[in-house]
Amino acid sequence: MATISAVIASTHHPFYLRASTSAGDERPPFADEWVAKITAFRETLTRANPDVLVMVGSDHFHQIWLDNMPQFLVGKAPFYDANYYNEEREFGLPRMFLRGHEELSEYLLRHGLDAGFDLAFSNELRIDHSITCPIITLRPEADLPIVPVYTNIFAPPMPQPSRFVELGKAIRQMVEEWPSEQRVAIIGTGHLSLELGGPRQFGPHGPDPEFDRKAVSWIASSDIKSALAEVSLDSLWQPGNATHGFMDFLLMMGVAGENVQADYVDSLDLFHTMEAYFTWYPNGADAA
Amino acid sequence: MSKYLLNKFLFTVDRDPELVERYREDPRGTVAWWEADVANVIIGCHEGERSTWLKFTDEERAALAGHDYVALFGLGAHPFLTLTLFIALFERDYAEPLAFQREYAVKLSHWSLPYPDIAT
Repeated sequence: MATISAVIASTHHPFYLRASTSAGDERPPFADEWVAKITAFRETLTRANPDVLVMVGSDHFHQIWLDNMPQFLVGKAPFYDANYYNEEREFGLPRMFLRGHEELSEYLLRHGLDAGFDLAFSNELRIDHSITCPIITLRPEADLPIVPVYTNIFAPPMPQPSRFVELGKAIRQMVEEWPSEQRVAIIGTGHLSLELGGPRQFGPHGPDPEFDRKAVSWIASSDIKSALAEVSLDSLWQPGNATHGFMDFLLMMGVAGENVQADYVDSLDLFHTMEAYFTWYPNGADAA
Repeated sequence: MSKYLLNKFLFTVDRDPELVERYREDPRGTVAWWEADVANVIIGCHEGERSTWLKFTDEERAALAGHDYVALFGLGAHPFLTLTLFIALFERDYAEPLAFQREYAVKLSHWSLPYPDIAT
């Protein structure tokens, strides 16, 4: 059976690449600290020595559109082009090219469907910064095959928060039962409190530091019960109008397992939104 | 009320560099052309297989033609789509980084929760 070498949950901040590579007057004052934190976070994946990456993210209205909106979608393609003109324009993100892992995609689709998740699929998916940001931060070589898993955290009606947890648990079980000798890292990115296109955007901190503090605590201890007791589709508008991205963290808490303390926790309070980084080693940190 | 069509305008313009510039330079003309020629194109279908029923209300058309992101917010356009396109249109006119984004927030500061419903 396959080995889950790491479970990683993170925010995805599209400005990281530009901030970390800028110099002189262009370099923001927080860049050095941010680079140091990302470098340490990257090591948590490197030491897990994965062969393949399951990447959970959410398309930001790039390829997935309101005329045909899946709630959960698995990519099944030999290759994935990545990043879009408007991400290049706004964030300076480069065009990227990643290999796929069709065998694991097919396995997750078949067994996910059989487990009661009506997963959509795509045989030609151009992925966006919800997946390329963690490639840039965690595996900049972009040398490992991926299985993209997209969730709808963007366009109402969305699935319930509990459904994200359930899908995370199912992904964990399916990967553990995958008849393969490969080492799989499951990586997902979401948001803490976040406002986009509203009056609370681009402030000196995230729009709701109190929510962020609680969210980091829930994630670090994978306290699914407390999180689900406080979070609903309606309540997530309160901390910021894009905070439904927290549901991707809930999915990753499902992957990590209920009440399993993360082996690595870090955060960085930035303008606009808080960054947070979590790694679990289901088979021990030294299993690599 | 056609929040979907507002979003479709923002989506199809934002993804096309030529259309972004055209909308910046000639918002009224671009909106009129788009409503006549693009609004009913089904993105995943052959162009001959169009919808027949999509059109803006007068208020929606005026908000787009006026580059009025405050009105678009009030109409329930998806705020991510509006923000992304308007950064592409106007960030270049501001000297300080994020100055446009912060002004954008201030102009929406009369809104408190709950914000306009964005469900389509």
